[in-house]
Amino acid sequence: MASSPGNLRALPERVVIRPRGGWPAVNWRELWHGRELLFFLAWRDVKVRYKQTVLGALWAILQPLVSMVVLTLVFRSLLGIDRRLMGTTSEGYPYPVFLFAGLLPWQFFSESLRRSSESVVVSANLVQKVYFPRLVIPLSAVAGAAMDFALSLLVLAGLMVWYGHAPGVGLLAVVPLAVLTAMAATGVGVLISALNAAYRDFRHIVPFLLQVWFYATPLIWSARIVEAPRLRLLIALNPMCGIVEGYRRAILPGWPLDGTLLAVSAASTALLLLVGLRYFRKVEISFADIL
Amino acid sequence: MASAITVSGLSKRYQIGARVRDRTVREALTDAVLGPVHRLRSFGRSSHRPEDAIWALREVSFEVAPGEVLGVVGRNGAGKSTLLKILSRITDPTEGTAELAGRIGSLLEVGTGFHLELTGRENVYLSGAILGMRKAEIDRKLDEIIDFSGIETFIDTPVKRYSSGMRVRLGFAVAAHLEPEILLIDEVLAVGDVAFQRRCLGKMEDIGRGGRTVLFVSHNMAAVRHLCTRGLALHDGRVLALGDADEAVDAYLARMRAEAPEAGASGFRFPVARPEPPPPARVACVEVLDEHGEPPAAVCTGDCVRLRVHFECAGRVTVTPLVTVSTPEGARLLGFGLRAGAGRQLDCEAGTHRVDVVVPGLPLSAGRHVLGAALRVQGEGLVHEAAHAGEFEVSPRDIYGSGDPPSVRWSPIALPHSWEVPAGESGLREIG
Repeated sequence: MASSPGNLRALPERVVIRPRGGWPAVNWRELWHGRELLFFLAWRDVKVRYKQTVLGALWAILQPLVSMVVLTLVFRSLLGIDRRLMGTTSEGYPYPVFLFAGLLPWQFFSESLRRSSESVVVSANLVQKVYFPRLVIPLSAVAGAAMDFALSLLVLAGLMVWYGHAPGVGLLAVVPLAVLTAMAATGVGVLISALNAAYRDFRHIVPFLLQVWFYATPLIWSARIVEAPRLRLLIALNPMCGIVEGYRRAILPGWPLDGTLLAVSAASTALLLLVGLRYFRKVEISFADIL
Repeated sequence: MASAITVSGLSKRYQIGARVRDRTVREALTDAVLGPVHRLRSFGRSSHRPEDAIWALREVSFEVAPGEVLGVVGRNGAGKSTLLKILSRITDPTEGTAELAGRIGSLLEVGTGFHLELTGRENVYLSGAILGMRKAEIDRKLDEIIDFSGIETFIDTPVKRYSSGMRVRLGFAVAAHLEPEILLIDEVLAVGDVAFQRRCLGKMEDIGRGGRTVLFVSHNMAAVRHLCTRGLALHDGRVLALGDADEAVDAYLARMRAEAPEAGASGFRFPVARPEPPPPARVACVEVLDEHGEPPAAVCTGDCVRLRVHFECAGRVTVTPLVTVSTPEGARLLGFGLRAGAGRQLDCEAGTHRVDVVVPGLPLSAGRHVLGAALRVQGEGLVHEAAHAGEFEVSPRDIYGSGDPPSVRWSPIALPHSWEVPAGESGLREIG
């Protein structure tokens, strides 16, 4: 292959086309070879978004900041239940920081969900005209959200300095947590994009789904206030639950973390990713016909 | 030597109607709950009604040797595009297999992946990456590509400011620099102006001579005869002829002529096959009528005729209907309906509609001509093209009063004109 002229993405020298059925596995090699396209599509989305909006790069930071301000106003200033929501009785953490620590990974997750949901349908023309590993489409949407996430982590660092909270050594945990978040974001993104392509009315469910998921995740409230073990298990099935609490543990020194909670969420994440990938591969076969 | 492309028993079935495309969660859920009940009730009866499906391809088999240029011809609905889609791995076959030895590049459209907000240069990278080129390769060929397209001065302006001609040239420039071992092309040459088309044909010749294997789908019989070494004619999804390019083209033309009487009593009415997957609007039928809108007994040179397009919209759309007249060989003679002409944009509700092009004096010579139609939808471009909807016969009329009515053999188009010989010039005298 090294000596061949031109270096097209297609790998094997011999391609056999036959009817595929059932649940084809993910072709990792092909996906790896298509990574340049993934970056190009993500680059395209970023460029287009920033050419179109006045705020450009700021949007990635503004969104969680504005949410943080609004939620603080409602739950602390207006309702005064911030301590109850956090589950602390004494002076603990500022509610805004508590919120922000959770809002960042949530933003990554929800943006991935939102952007990938339409990604395949919007790329219908591409899908009908060229061959490339279809997984690249939702993955590039997740990659775009990941870039915004990385940017917002910088802002978080700034915010913490502002509040005079020196981060603990647990900050290093942000890295594996980011990987876990990426897995959850990818899993849900890939699944939703396939569902949206397969069922025309699914797009109406997405905003509703996100809203419910927001309240089901310990964002404005802390997992500490849930005491019944069965209930804790239930909320831990939400992949974002353990992830969000994990971020709090990493960023807010001394924040308690239930290891079981994180473990259950991590398992949930892995399952979500697996199901998402397999379902996408199954539906992918008929994309050109149904889009 | 092993074949570059081996196709064996390839078949593709499409479920027509709303069943596949418009599945909703609501339906899926009710189906899951009530499905078993329905199935019990119709126990013994098959659930898949055969009328629900059409076979776009049926048992197609052929082989292409390395370095051959195979032209694929057939009328609209014959299965050419479906074949190309399957070989390009865009859609799966229902039955059969295909083996391709070598890297595959497919050109099913010009400007694939272009995003209007990005500049020409950025789009070269984007389109190149989508078509399969590596970034390093694009870097290497960037200057060549820009040069070939001829739009160097505008390469850094957003593509939304380009004319459609410029977009086509840039798109083709990118595609022309793909270097696959097997190239699958679907009528991309039917775009752009004449000068550009000539350039594309030239590039195609280079590619053919370069030893690549090419599969070329086209309605342009002259191009197929000129560029292709072998030909495959498809009809209704099956192989009609497989052999030399000339053999295949002749077989296709012969079949078209034989079919003409079937298409309506007068041979002036041509229904158009429903394309799969169904576009937002499609041409349903094209016909030639007399000036009163009645089916004519015969059409002569110079008659006042109405070219009627029947089209069907799936939903509310804005369409621009286009009508074309071409030679049986595929060369365009007349085109009606673009912005440059007296074309109209129509806002249509879902359903079937018809529009007429009124031609006060049909400038077609005696002989066979091909009627075609297409639809552009606002925001989506060309959604359905039936360039070769049917062949009709124009009867002779001596419009010049010369005793020899104009015929297609000399001039497919007959316009009123006169020759003027300068009077009083020495050495020049008109006879008869």
